Amino acid sequence: MKKARWDVKAKHGFFTSLKCRECGRHYPKEALHVCEFCFGPLEVDYDYGLIKTVLTRAKIASRPTNMWRYRELLPIEGEPTVGFQVGFTPLVRANRLAKRLGLREVWIKNDTVNYPTLSFKDRVVSVALSRARELGFEIVACASTGNLANSVAANAASGGLRSYVFIPADLETGKVLGSLVYGTNVIGIRGTYDEVNRLCSEIAGKYGWAFVNVNIRPYYAEGSKAMGYEIIEQLGWRLPDHVVVPMAGGSLITKIHKSFKEFVKLGLVDEHRYSIHGAQAEGCAPIVNAMKAGAEIIKPVSKPQTIVKSLAIGNPADGFYAIQTMKQTGGWAENPNDEDVVAGIRLLAETEGVFAETAGGTTVAAAQRLVNAGRIKPSESVVLCITGHGLKTQEAVANRCGEARVIGPHLHEFLALLDRKN
Amino acid sequence: MPINVRIPTPLRKLTKDKDVVQASGATIQDIIDSLEKQYPGLKERICDERGELRRFVNVYLNDEDIRFAQGKGTPVKDGDEISVIPAIAGG
Repeated sequence: MKKARWDVKAKHGFFTSLKCRECGRHYPKEALHVCEFCFGPLEVDYDYGLIKTVLTRAKIASRPTNMWRYRELLPIEGEPTVGFQVGFTPLVRANRLAKRLGLREVWIKNDTVNYPTLSFKDRVVSVALSRARELGFEIVACASTGNLANSVAANAASGGLRSYVFIPADLETGKVLGSLVYGTNVIGIRGTYDEVNRLCSEIAGKYGWAFVNVNIRPYYAEGSKAMGYEIIEQLGWRLPDHVVVPMAGGSLITKIHKSFKEFVKLGLVDEHRYSIHGAQAEGCAPIVNAMKAGAEIIKPVSKPQTIVKSLAIGNPADGFYAIQTMKQTGGWAENPNDEDVVAGIRLLAETEGVFAETAGGTTVAAAQRLVNAGRIKPSESVVLCITGHGLKTQEAVANRCGEARVIGPHLHEFLALLDRKN
Repeated sequence: MPINVRIPTPLRKLTKDKDVVQASGATIQDIIDSLEKQYPGLKERICDERGELRRFVNVYLNDEDIRFAQGKGTPVKDGDEISVIPAIAGG
């Protein structure tokens, strides 16, 4: 009789198998994402004992400055074939922003300049496409609120893979164009992200494509850990007191927690108490609402209404784990409204010269609320995860930052303009 | 009176490939027990060791998630339709 797949535990390399987060059953390292027994999500399992014998601070520091410097903790078997330049974005000490927030030590983890598509999604896509190629796929695809589609399209183009990206049809112009330009197949769906995702699940079951956030999801999601590793290394091999992370499906916040725990477990950083906080926009905040209500069950938002489209996932797949992360670390959740999000975008730009997309404005505004509520103390260190570039969501701040004053090319007109202003 | 229950593809091995089966009872709990009697092994796929609905399994009563009604104690009546649907991963 053929053995059930969950009996298989292949052991070789640093990542050993897929494992159900719910019931712990093991699966082979294939394009699988759901436990056949209990329907829980599968996650990559590693041989930490083996990794501990080879991975040191010195070894990491000797490698090129990209996310693959932590390759033992990323789930591919050979060398990365897609996105070798991704990651190791700047961690910027943000003193002017700190002053405005009423804090002493604020850091911006600036993934607005991640390579090549200006969002943290290049991290997950680099892992997903490298793994998809190892598994023999030639067509890659995704369901996306925009950033992921841009990243799949660009990285598939440079990796020589064909791609299909599925998005809600009403996304920001920049995000649609930012996929089309790479020659991908952009499919706009008249519906919400959750409806796009449901359709993609059906398509993934029907065709032999690598949907990065469906059947390749266990590998894909691990890419987010690199952001956490970099924060620790760039802080001088220490953990911060607080991290504020935007939440859509709730995966990034969960993986940042995992990355911190892994570095502690491997002896790469000293144990230190930290809190991880989550941010969503008021118009689509299923995780924040559950956290604030003390509920473990997340009530889906069927019709998201917010300018923060990149976070507008009404039925977050990792919502439960995101709440666990915040609870376990003593973190909290905040849901600023659109007005505060725009103010957050402008504050970050005006104080630090970083133009973030709406998710970044949500994170800054949430941080302000956490400070106001006393959940972050003035003397504590805070890292804000700024995950995407503002040029992608220009609609959010258009007409909110004034406009250029136009004059003829004459000195007297300029002098008159200055006089009027003063 | 029997009530129709829709079974998702991954569980149809247990229901002899039937996509709709019938069960009887006054609550969702009764329905689950009734299903287990007819198709042994089905309950442990839907409920955990404590008998609670598994986190990534949704049960809908006439399109409403029973988690937002009275859970397993949600009453059912003739003509109701129940669907067992694994959560969709993604995003």
